[in-house]
Amino acid sequence: MSTQIKPRSSTLTQGLVRRTHGDSLLKRLIIHGILIFSCIIALYPVIRVFSVSLRPGDRLLTTSLDLIPADASWANYQRLLSSTDFFLWVWNSLLITITTSIAGVILAATAAYAFSRWKFPGRVPGLMLLLTTQMVPATMMLIPIYLMFVEIGRATGLPLVGSYLGLIVAYMMGGVAFSIWILKGYYDTIPIDLEEAAKIDGTTDLGAFYRIILPLSTPALAIVFLFNFTTAWVEYPLARIILPRSEVFTWALGIRSLQAQFNTEWGTFAAASVLVAIPTMALFLWSSKWLISGLTIGSVKG
Amino acid sequence: MSSITDSKTTSKLARSPNIDVDWQGLSRNLPMFLLVVGVIWFLISFFPMQKALTTDYMVSSVTDVGNFLLGLVAFFAIIEIVLYIVLVRILQWRYALAYMLLAPGAIGLATLFVYPFIYNIAIAFSNRSLQHFLPGAYDYSLDYGITNFTSVFTGNVLHDTGFWEVFFRTWVWTIINVTFHVLGGLGLALLLNRRLAFKGVYRTILVLPWAIPQVIAALALRGEFHYQYGFVNNMLVGIGLPRVEWLNEPIPAFIAATISNIWLGIPFMMVIILGGLQSIAAEYYEAAEIDGASGWQQFRSITWPLLQPVVAPATVLGTIWTFNAFNVIYLITQGGPAEKTDILVTALFKAAFEFYRYGQGAAFAIVIFFVLFSVSAVYIRMTGALKAVTE
Repeated sequence: MSTQIKPRSSTLTQGLVRRTHGDSLLKRLIIHGILIFSCIIALYPVIRVFSVSLRPGDRLLTTSLDLIPADASWANYQRLLSSTDFFLWVWNSLLITITTSIAGVILAATAAYAFSRWKFPGRVPGLMLLLTTQMVPATMMLIPIYLMFVEIGRATGLPLVGSYLGLIVAYMMGGVAFSIWILKGYYDTIPIDLEEAAKIDGTTDLGAFYRIILPLSTPALAIVFLFNFTTAWVEYPLARIILPRSEVFTWALGIRSLQAQFNTEWGTFAAASVLVAIPTMALFLWSSKWLISGLTIGSVKG
Repeated sequence: MSSITDSKTTSKLARSPNIDVDWQGLSRNLPMFLLVVGVIWFLISFFPMQKALTTDYMVSSVTDVGNFLLGLVAFFAIIEIVLYIVLVRILQWRYALAYMLLAPGAIGLATLFVYPFIYNIAIAFSNRSLQHFLPGAYDYSLDYGITNFTSVFTGNVLHDTGFWEVFFRTWVWTIINVTFHVLGGLGLALLLNRRLAFKGVYRTILVLPWAIPQVIAALALRGEFHYQYGFVNNMLVGIGLPRVEWLNEPIPAFIAATISNIWLGIPFMMVIILGGLQSIAAEYYEAAEIDGASGWQQFRSITWPLLQPVVAPATVLGTIWTFNAFNVIYLITQGGPAEKTDILVTALFKAAFEFYRYGQGAAFAIVIFFVLFSVSAVYIRMTGALKAVTE
């Protein structure tokens, strides 16, 4: 019986689709054609990097457009892992990024709570300041931050320039204003009654924040963490001026240094790109649903 | 404790382009995802062949960072204790806890945003450069400031390129890019916003240029514009056209950077516009169809006007991002050949960190800030973010 019903119901839905929609077969073919063409444009450079990474050393420089080279090999990956500082760079990046993200979330979570729950003197100027930080292009802050770090280093011996400590501080604060914005917005949606009830039950102001607000805000804390993480992970200009030597490079600087010698390291560059891009793209695609909304809420910075 | 339950404020902020956030889904999946990525990386990092990353280095780097963070925590702890004694014990102020919660973030923003911002103005009134770098070798005066600001407009901001040329090129660059971003994003979003086989697959592939780290994408594309080995020239040869010196001639280099940036920027617009399209109720189109409106008429009088709340802020945001597109220019052309593809932000970077003209660079930065500030002001007005603050 069921076999008899099935085709009927499928023709019914087909009819519905066609009626609400009205695309002819030719039109649909054209649409698919355009979309496939666009996908090829979007995908081709990506696949090319992968294909270059598989080329054996003697065939790196070829005018061939084959996507999978005839004699594919892992030689570039072996050279990348054995004779460059690739893992060192990734480690440095991970250390910087994870530290800044966690510290940034902590700083923003507490400050945002103050903005959300108290009408303290200086609140409106404070919020205006947060907004202003988003209007200052990051490049503009490079000169004063660099010179300030040089001077702090000279005065206290703290190696803010030349080690990644400076980067950690700068990234932490670079994301904090935006994080406060997002978190304040989220706290505002949590009814104050919850905390008042908790306080009647005997907890302190701080206890209410820690026991009620923070657990309820884990989603927003996660988005802030992810945002800080991705921003710091892909940052280039500041790292470029703060980190001078290869031993403290982030992956972005390392990959740039591989690519600088076009003739010798092109395959190694491609292999490094593939290894960094795959987890980054996975993280992005997985989190884009949430990050996109965050990106468009208040950020003006590039 | 006075409470502020202004949920209206939140909705106003979030309104820009209307996308709901699935907060719960995110927090459920995040730990699992990070764990998987972490385990994979952990396994790879003990790949037997690699020598650069030794256990010693890992331990010492974590110790360095740990000590530094401990120092920071100790510093903030002292501040908190002082605040506690003064505000809670002595003054017994009702906002005491608010200021204590605020203190670490506020100190951080003051030292890494407010102070550098003011310091930048001070540098603009100094003669700091590579020759005048060490303390005592430079000083501040109004004359230096006047010299710095006038030299931004009348002298060269780069080695031998003046401000107005770069300024003009930046706007050409921004307008071309944003136009193509919006048109391309709109076109693809319109195609994707219908019942279609493989829609999800198309959408995922089309988002890829945005998902790749920009540094990698820019460097890879730079290689593909290589005269002999890049695929762009080889394709031109394939269809019977001559090779182009993409990176060695001013206009082709500008075109190469523009093509790359268009490729990078379309997915953002596509995703945003697709979100906007999906929020337009189907009833409008049904009614229009009954009235016999053609596809173009439906687009002009339903789709486009109803997309405005989404497209307008996204365009301004795109303008600011493109204006600031340091990575693309710096990594693909490095502003070359002969500074013919530099935009304002790359010129600023070079003025400061390649020509070491800090004083003039700081003045230049202030000028760029005001250029961008006018664009930001439009954005703020559009999204009503400022209202959210003052309400």
